[in-house]
Amino acid sequence: MMRSIPRKDRGSSPGKFWRRLLQYFVLSVFLLFIVVPIVMVVFGALKSRGEYATSPYTIPDPPRWENFVRILQGESIWLMLLNSLVVMVTTVIGVVFFASLAAFVFSRVRFRGQTLLLNVALLGLMFPLSIAILPTYLVVRELGLIDSLWGLILAQIAFGLATSILILRGFFTAVPSELQDAAYIDGCSSFGFFWRILLPLARPALSAVAVLAMLGSWNGYFFPLVVLNSEKLYTLPLGTMQYVGQYGSEENMVMAFLFLTMIPALILYVFAERQIVSGLTAGALKG
Amino acid sequence: MSAISGHEDTVGLQRKRGLSRRNQDRLTIVLFLLPAFIFIFTFQIYPMIRSVYYSLYEWSGFGPLTDYVGLANFERLFTGREFWDAVWHTALIMIWSLALQLPLALLLALLVERDLPGRGFFRSIFFMPYVLSEVIIGQVWIKMFKPDPQFGFINAVLEWFGNLPVIPQIETQAWLADPKQALACAFVALTWQFFGLHMLLYIAGLQNVPRELEEAARIDGANELQTIWNITLPLLGNAIRTSVYLSLLGSVQVFGVIWVMARGGPIGATETMSTYMYRSAFLKFSLGYGSAVAVVILVISLILSTVYQRVVGQHDYIGGI
Repeated sequence: MMRSIPRKDRGSSPGKFWRRLLQYFVLSVFLLFIVVPIVMVVFGALKSRGEYATSPYTIPDPPRWENFVRILQGESIWLMLLNSLVVMVTTVIGVVFFASLAAFVFSRVRFRGQTLLLNVALLGLMFPLSIAILPTYLVVRELGLIDSLWGLILAQIAFGLATSILILRGFFTAVPSELQDAAYIDGCSSFGFFWRILLPLARPALSAVAVLAMLGSWNGYFFPLVVLNSEKLYTLPLGTMQYVGQYGSEENMVMAFLFLTMIPALILYVFAERQIVSGLTAGALKG
Repeated sequence: MSAISGHEDTVGLQRKRGLSRRNQDRLTIVLFLLPAFIFIFTFQIYPMIRSVYYSLYEWSGFGPLTDYVGLANFERLFTGREFWDAVWHTALIMIWSLALQLPLALLLALLVERDLPGRGFFRSIFFMPYVLSEVIIGQVWIKMFKPDPQFGFINAVLEWFGNLPVIPQIETQAWLADPKQALACAFVALTWQFFGLHMLLYIAGLQNVPRELEEAARIDGANELQTIWNITLPLLGNAIRTSVYLSLLGSVQVFGVIWVMARGGPIGATETMSTYMYRSAFLKFSLGYGSAVAVVILVISLILSTVYQRVVGQHDYIGGI
């Protein structure tokens, strides 16, 4: 059977063909592992309750788009979407702005105690928010910010700084110092150099940092879980759990809801894959 | 390398410019660092110190701190069985990550990297689950692991295979409902979430491995495996170290996927350090005892990071979003 496949485009070595075949076979097995769970959600999302109960693994026939309409007509999903958006946008602005200010100092100015301060700033790498969750919760409580989006936002900014400072510092350091000297000679202030020259140059790094902070905020579950109590403040992950609790018996609706909440992150992934990848691999690439 | 030498240049020039700009530099340092450090102090350093204080009290979270109990919370923690079970489950996730997830990711990176047509497609798909929230990931895998083959896809597949004559039949399993399997099920979901990230780290590392070295080894008569083992892997050092560190730290902090899938159950089978802390502090309303658990988790992370950096001898960390 296999031998009858035309021996074209295989290079000189016949072994290469079999190697490629094996390569694609192994990759396809893993591809199924990744894709099948999502396909199951899509199938379930587009089925009526009755069809899901009798044949959950088949292609929906006919596809029930009204499941999505039913969810989107409710008010709660829009409120969650809005909360998630507000939290995400504010967090990202804070993280990017404060981290780039700090990264500027850590990369372009030399002063006593710098290493110590840098290590303090990078503490967040050792203790991400989910590890330090209870201490952070208690302080947010002392500040009276429980059940407020601000409590969530401010803590997320604090814990987003470390990664961002690390990535931006790496990028800022690579900007030639001649630029800085020229700017200073031309009478530019430190802030002027930072704002008008360094930041525009650092756009790729800034967008990588921003996209990572977006993902972290958008997907956050543990911290919102402990900080937010009122349903009207729920972000999407909390709201998803709530929906599952309420409509658990209607599996098709749960699938539809899961699919809808996947979409924003997947859109971000499609458009910002390069930024995500470069941000995440920044540490592995250096050296 | 170029980044490092660039930095040295800056330092030299700054010294030469020296005094004239010194005051302005000082002002810059203070003003630029202040906002970040206010955040870091308020939400990271102060809370950590504060949690040590809380951990010395018996406190339900309501009313003032009055019941000073000294180290009693820690005593209860270290002598109780529950905490050590949680530590063991966390350790299992660590071991499985290092023994299964990382080699798998490395295999994929090696398969995807070498000028394979369509490698961008595979890479994008493999990494995709990483951008989804833990709630979605947990929910998706609950569905996959449903015990009833009518609704749980994995058991459905086992049943289909069972009807074929060639393959020995594997019976359908209870999965998340079985204490012996629940943690492994959660680990499958975690692998789904994370192995794309590790694959990316390896792919990034592989781009730094000079192709000529591998070709030279092959010309000298090394076979594929020997080349990978002797040339490629040692040159991947940085990427491997980073992914090991991320796996270790990630295992300590894992919460969402496990909580969504199993809430620590059945009968404590998926209780990890973070779910145990959450349960103690927020569900049983003993914030003092919960703080003691939190302090121990912080210390364990600190030890992990310090030992890791000693062993590896350098600071390379990323991730942790």
